[in-house]
Amino acid sequence: MKKNIAFVALGLATTLLLVGCASGADSSTASAGDATIEIGSLYEPQNLSNFGGGGQGVTEAFNGNVYEGLYKLTDDGSVEPLLAASNTVSDDGLTYTFTLQDGVSFHSGKALTSADVKASIDAVLADDSQSARKSSFGAITSIETPDDKTVVVTLAERSISFIYNLSYVWIINADATDLESTEDGTGPYALGDWKRGSSLSLTRFDGYWGDAAANSEVVFNYFTDATALSNALLTGEVDIVTSVQSPDALSQFNDNADYVVSDGDSTTKEVLAFNDRVAPFDNVDVRKAIYSAIDTKKLLNSIWGDYGTLIGSMVPPTDPWYEDLTQVNPYDPDLAKKLLASGGQPDGFEFTLDTPSYDPHPVVAEFVKSELAKVGVTVNINTISADEWYTKVYKAQDFTATLQEHVNDRDVVWYGNPDFYWGYNNPQVTQWVGEAEASTTTDEQTAKLKQVNEQIAQDAASVWLYLYPQIVVAASDVSGYPVNGLNSQFFAYDIVTE
Amino acid sequence: MISYLLRRSAFLLVSFVIAMVAIFVLLRLLPGDPSNALLSVTATPEQIAAAQAQVGADRPVLEQFSTWFGQLARFDLGESFISSLPVGPEISARLAVTVPLTLLAFALALVISLVAGFVAATRADRWYGILISGISQLGVAVPVFWVGILLVSVFSVGLRWLPSGGFPRDDWADPADALRSLALPVITVAVVMSASLTRYVRAATLDVLGSDYLRSARAQGSGRGEALWRHGLRNGAVPVIAILGIELATTFLGAVVVESVFSLPGLGSMLLKAIQQHDYPNIQGVLFVSTLVVLVIGFLGDVAQRLVDPRLRVSISGNR
Repeated sequence: MKKNIAFVALGLATTLLLVGCASGADSSTASAGDATIEIGSLYEPQNLSNFGGGGQGVTEAFNGNVYEGLYKLTDDGSVEPLLAASNTVSDDGLTYTFTLQDGVSFHSGKALTSADVKASIDAVLADDSQSARKSSFGAITSIETPDDKTVVVTLAERSISFIYNLSYVWIINADATDLESTEDGTGPYALGDWKRGSSLSLTRFDGYWGDAAANSEVVFNYFTDATALSNALLTGEVDIVTSVQSPDALSQFNDNADYVVSDGDSTTKEVLAFNDRVAPFDNVDVRKAIYSAIDTKKLLNSIWGDYGTLIGSMVPPTDPWYEDLTQVNPYDPDLAKKLLASGGQPDGFEFTLDTPSYDPHPVVAEFVKSELAKVGVTVNINTISADEWYTKVYKAQDFTATLQEHVNDRDVVWYGNPDFYWGYNNPQVTQWVGEAEASTTTDEQTAKLKQVNEQIAQDAASVWLYLYPQIVVAASDVSGYPVNGLNSQFFAYDIVTE
Repeated sequence: MISYLLRRSAFLLVSFVIAMVAIFVLLRLLPGDPSNALLSVTATPEQIAAAQAQVGADRPVLEQFSTWFGQLARFDLGESFISSLPVGPEISARLAVTVPLTLLAFALALVISLVAGFVAATRADRWYGILISGISQLGVAVPVFWVGILLVSVFSVGLRWLPSGGFPRDDWADPADALRSLALPVITVAVVMSASLTRYVRAATLDVLGSDYLRSARAQGSGRGEALWRHGLRNGAVPVIAILGIELATTFLGAVVVESVFSLPGLGSMLLKAIQQHDYPNIQGVLFVSTLVVLVIGFLGDVAQRLVDPRLRVSISGNR
């Protein structure tokens, strides 16, 4: 008996090894245009709907690929028409009339009509919507569909960002059901298979109204571990990695002719947020002192090496109202000590820094702690889970200071909301943010938001430690991918292999 | 034996129900809010309220409990809080990875440890016997993920023989492809598992070798091999079978680490994600299945022991 088991198992083991040795990785060498692009990512969707809290992963895989909006935010940050062929705005800026593109159909075959557009915006506004853009559409009072090609949206007040905000609204088939595990969009790809915990494939949609995708299929392969992701790229199992989150892995690709490492502009800011409501951070001088005590250049370098950007405000370079404000709160420990004294804390003080337990926050917290110790400020690091962060910091606002990454573009406007978790309350800024939104021209909006930038930097509303790099690593025979990946979107339709 | 089986089955059922109640209660005692996984950093108070309603965690615990047990009785594992997708089909899809992984690793570990343990015991005075003992001692202390990383860097990144992770999109449509994906995870688990198993086999064999009945058999003229085969095997098997059940269950539960290292879409990685998100239905579903598997393995192990060793049968039925 024992011998029999032994033989069976030995046979099994041998088979395993033989199978292993027999075939190498089968890389697709199909002719151009028919390639399958294997993409590696750490962000698997939770579900396939962005109205139901699908998270970053569903945006990455579906935005612009499977679903399209009336407008599109391009990789360089500008807004272009997509499903909207044209639009007119009434003189008072309150009525937008959109005319839809001709010949657009959903993957199910149904033609796109204005009713679908109305249903899509309604889904964002619905009571149970988890859309990250829901709060941007508070001004909408009505959506009319006079004919199949025309959508008329009426606002209660001017909203210069309205067109931009529409670029986040996926146009779904109004009749579609079960959008959490299936899709019905108008994009260049239709959903192939979603193998949960593993991969999601998109296949070229033959009935696409615009230019067909340059490849026949893209597959998003999901990893939970950054090292496993790097290994997959090294072994040719994936062609491209959407966003490298660990600089340690880069050395293997940097000096290797088989790979291209691109350093794009992300919109993700590492923020040391004070609770501006509570002492001592209700004092501007104290906040500025903390800012000046931290050598952000050294911090960025220690975490990202040569990658990433220093910013002096909440605004990344891809936002229209970006300006270099890094010198408003310069690194200067002597200045920091003076500011502490004028802020009523000549002997320093002690505070607790609520630190999310995942990278890079724990390392950043340690760095901040050692920098602040040099000016007499003691930091107690309190490590919390992402879950606890929401409950304690975001919902209950029960904190003194915290670390968080803020990922979206154009989110400087949150400093105009005194109820936001960080509690920054400058009525002047709130007013400017409101005026910016009510602007009649983008120039006016830009000018107002630059004032906002400058003011929050002057007030050191938070410490903007650095802007994450957006690092895409790809095999050198792959091209046509987006390098900035704004707001986690990843347009896959232009990617080709040689 | 039949009355033993009936008693043991009743015990199995009761343990299972108690385990399910305990899992449900313990999950509710965990700090944290499942709705948080649905929120972004710009969530409005209305969206926070909507998320809480969506996950249904705002309902009374007793109501949640009766709903869940009602569903279980209909073999329905419910829907995920986070994705709103049914739990049952996802678990079956994940079992298609975890079960083969566990069984193959177990089989491989069994081969390695039976051979190694037997050699280590019968050749305890030779250099290779000592070496095997030493390696198995060392192996017990080695973490699974470390072995996994080592194997990946040699056989995937270095030699390019096997994939570094993932599982074919079409599952087992091409069995060779699926086996290639499982090869390194299987070897990883088997290597670690065989270290402790080898020590058990070695100890059991040494026990048998030093026993009176074997000496008697030898005295009656049996050769060493024949004596071991006819008398030693059964006696040695009893303690090994007991430990095999535990090892098999441990491997099944321990798949979580190796699945993470190799990005395998198995039950373990599902559990890990579900715990991070406080996705109670998914956690409960995975624990339901794994508890059932572990209890059944224990049951089968006990029965197998009694089949192999008649003395256990006699003493049990004699005493009760």
